[in-house]
Amino acid sequence: MGARGVRRFGTLRARSGEWKMNERFSARLNTRDGAVDMTHGSGGRAMAQLIEELFVAHFDNDLLRQANDQAAFDLPAGRVVMSTDGHVISPLFFPGGDIGSLSVHGTINDVAMSGARPLYLAAGFILEEGFPLADLERVVASMARAASAAGVPVVTGDTKVVEQGKGDGIFITTTGIGVVPNGVEVSGDRARPGDVVLVSGTLGDHGVAIMSSRENLTFETAIESDSAALHTLVADMVAAAPGIRCLRDPTRGGLATTLNELARQSGVGMKLMERDIPVNPAVSAACELLGLDPLYVANEGKLICICGPEDAEPLLEAMRAHPLGRAAARIGEVVEDRHGFVQMETGFGGSRVVDWLAGEQLPRIC
Amino acid sequence: MKYVEEFRRQDLARTLAEAIAREVGPGRTYNLMEFCGGHTHAIFRYGVQDLMPPNVRFVHGPGCPVCVLPTGRIENAIHLAMEQGVILCTYGDLLRVPAGNRMSLLKAKALGADVRMVYSTQDALRVARDNPGCEVVFFAIGFETTTPPTAVAIRQARAEGLANFSVFCNHVLTPAAIQNILESPEVREMGAVSIDGFFGPSHVSSVIGSRPYEFFAEEFQKPVVIAGFEPLDVMQSALMLIRQLNEGRHEVENEYTRVVTRDGNRKAQALVAEVMELRRSFEWRGLGQVPYSALQIKQAFAEFDAERRFSIPAATAIDVRGCECPRILRGVKRPTDCRLFGSVCTPDNPMGSCMVSSEGACAAYWSYGRFRQ
Repeated sequence: MGARGVRRFGTLRARSGEWKMNERFSARLNTRDGAVDMTHGSGGRAMAQLIEELFVAHFDNDLLRQANDQAAFDLPAGRVVMSTDGHVISPLFFPGGDIGSLSVHGTINDVAMSGARPLYLAAGFILEEGFPLADLERVVASMARAASAAGVPVVTGDTKVVEQGKGDGIFITTTGIGVVPNGVEVSGDRARPGDVVLVSGTLGDHGVAIMSSRENLTFETAIESDSAALHTLVADMVAAAPGIRCLRDPTRGGLATTLNELARQSGVGMKLMERDIPVNPAVSAACELLGLDPLYVANEGKLICICGPEDAEPLLEAMRAHPLGRAAARIGEVVEDRHGFVQMETGFGGSRVVDWLAGEQLPRIC
Repeated sequence: MKYVEEFRRQDLARTLAEAIAREVGPGRTYNLMEFCGGHTHAIFRYGVQDLMPPNVRFVHGPGCPVCVLPTGRIENAIHLAMEQGVILCTYGDLLRVPAGNRMSLLKAKALGADVRMVYSTQDALRVARDNPGCEVVFFAIGFETTTPPTAVAIRQARAEGLANFSVFCNHVLTPAAIQNILESPEVREMGAVSIDGFFGPSHVSSVIGSRPYEFFAEEFQKPVVIAGFEPLDVMQSALMLIRQLNEGRHEVENEYTRVVTRDGNRKAQALVAEVMELRRSFEWRGLGQVPYSALQIKQAFAEFDAERRFSIPAATAIDVRGCECPRILRGVKRPTDCRLFGSVCTPDNPMGSCMVSSEGACAAYWSYGRFRQ
């Protein structure tokens, strides 16, 4: 939705909040001790300045600089994939990342889990009146760094401001678009009995990092969020084994919930070996203390892969050769089960069902 | 994770499983009640039952503080948050427990009540310090393990002059509950429940020691083995119970020697005794009124007692019809005997408290054991 003002120099053209203003202002945006106020979302001069000096300045790229209400681009051949993700995490800054980098990684990963190469991002910001501009700049700079490192630019965006008490500082929604190479068909309903379940690394790091940085729950830990963009890992995996059946990033609800989703979608069961599931010892210890189960704790830089048995070794090799897949492991197999149960042989030698997460283990983790 | 993984080792579990298999008498059934929800959870989470001979049966007891709290007390807490406008601080497990009229603290929160999840009494004190203009009530529940931190918080609030902090006290006592189960008609006369021995609580016993169990081991002639919460602890304790039963002994033995002593933590006991005293009677879900089974805040600390500070109307909540939580808590029925189990009552939509807490027998059956049915 764009403003339909007369497009000549000096006229405000950003009434809707779309990022497309360029104008000179009398004083620079006060990103030292200023705060977001209602004028930053009103479509007036203050909003134009915020967009130009903060968003456009940090996300700088050709498409954004064209200053249109939308980004127009051609796509390479293949199936187009699109995904969107809202980010409401608390706290905004945590060990290993912040809401900015997370909002870039999260959507890149959602697109990449189809086997696609992510190409472009869009970002929508909902800011609460009173939110420090310094924090906003920190978040936007972090997003820009993450997008640039991933090679997936933010090409269009939108900003809205809500009154104090009607938001929680900042909410960010990102949408991504990508293209799946021909011949790749990854989908959650393709697992079949006999397939192998792989995971790209240790589980639970993100959720525990968030817990450890909550203001009402501080304990000393060296655990950092695993927040990372996984698309280059996916590209290497697709190259090694184009026949990959399922890919999914175990975010909220962790490994357990994600495997239950895949089991239900594919109409199969799963059998896991607890002792093969990689968990960082510090994460185990923190979970022990907090009464959490690492299998249910969120990840933001891990993926689960289900593949035919013949692809398991080539895939593990490709994953371990990538920096984000060094601790990749084979953790179980797909079995026939009309109930769709995920079962696990415990490290202790017994067995149990690994059920869906009921309720919330941790609120506002992404 | 040193000192934890050691208690989950598969090779040791196998050795113990073999020892238990050798020890059990073939023509005999061993019904062993784990009082504590912590044990129930460990048994399911690690699949301990799979390593036991078929004639050793775990009977799940009432030792889950969320499960035994009667719905009326939840209703009282909802009243405090909704009608009296207090900031109610509570442990996370309590949020979803159903009270009457399809209410819960979580729903009260959605309707605008200020209900906050805390991890410790210290968090609740901080909320009180940060909101000097508001009444802050800590919804205290739990057995003897969580009681000392509540006592400390009350002392601290007095020392700091924290006038807006009070405690809605629901602390209950383990020995009284075990005795009540053993004295129940189902166990004593009808023979509906057969309990041959008890796993004694681990954390509770670290505070109260092993001495309080000596009376009913003798009186009711049932062996008690105080067991740690790790799966190897449970197996070792099962072996000790089976040996006692085979030898006709009924003693209090302590498997959890790395933590529990005969006298317990005297400093913690003294703290509790300074701030709290026995209630004449307290209602338990599943057990009904149990005399001298709970604690209340002493007159000397009356200003920190939410029950004295606010006028709380008598609760009217009644349990959902058909809910077998009361009988399940007494070990008379199993979760799968309840016709609500798994149909209308699931962890996502709990009808009874045993389905809410991860320590509840129903939740454990549902989450970890469904494939057996």
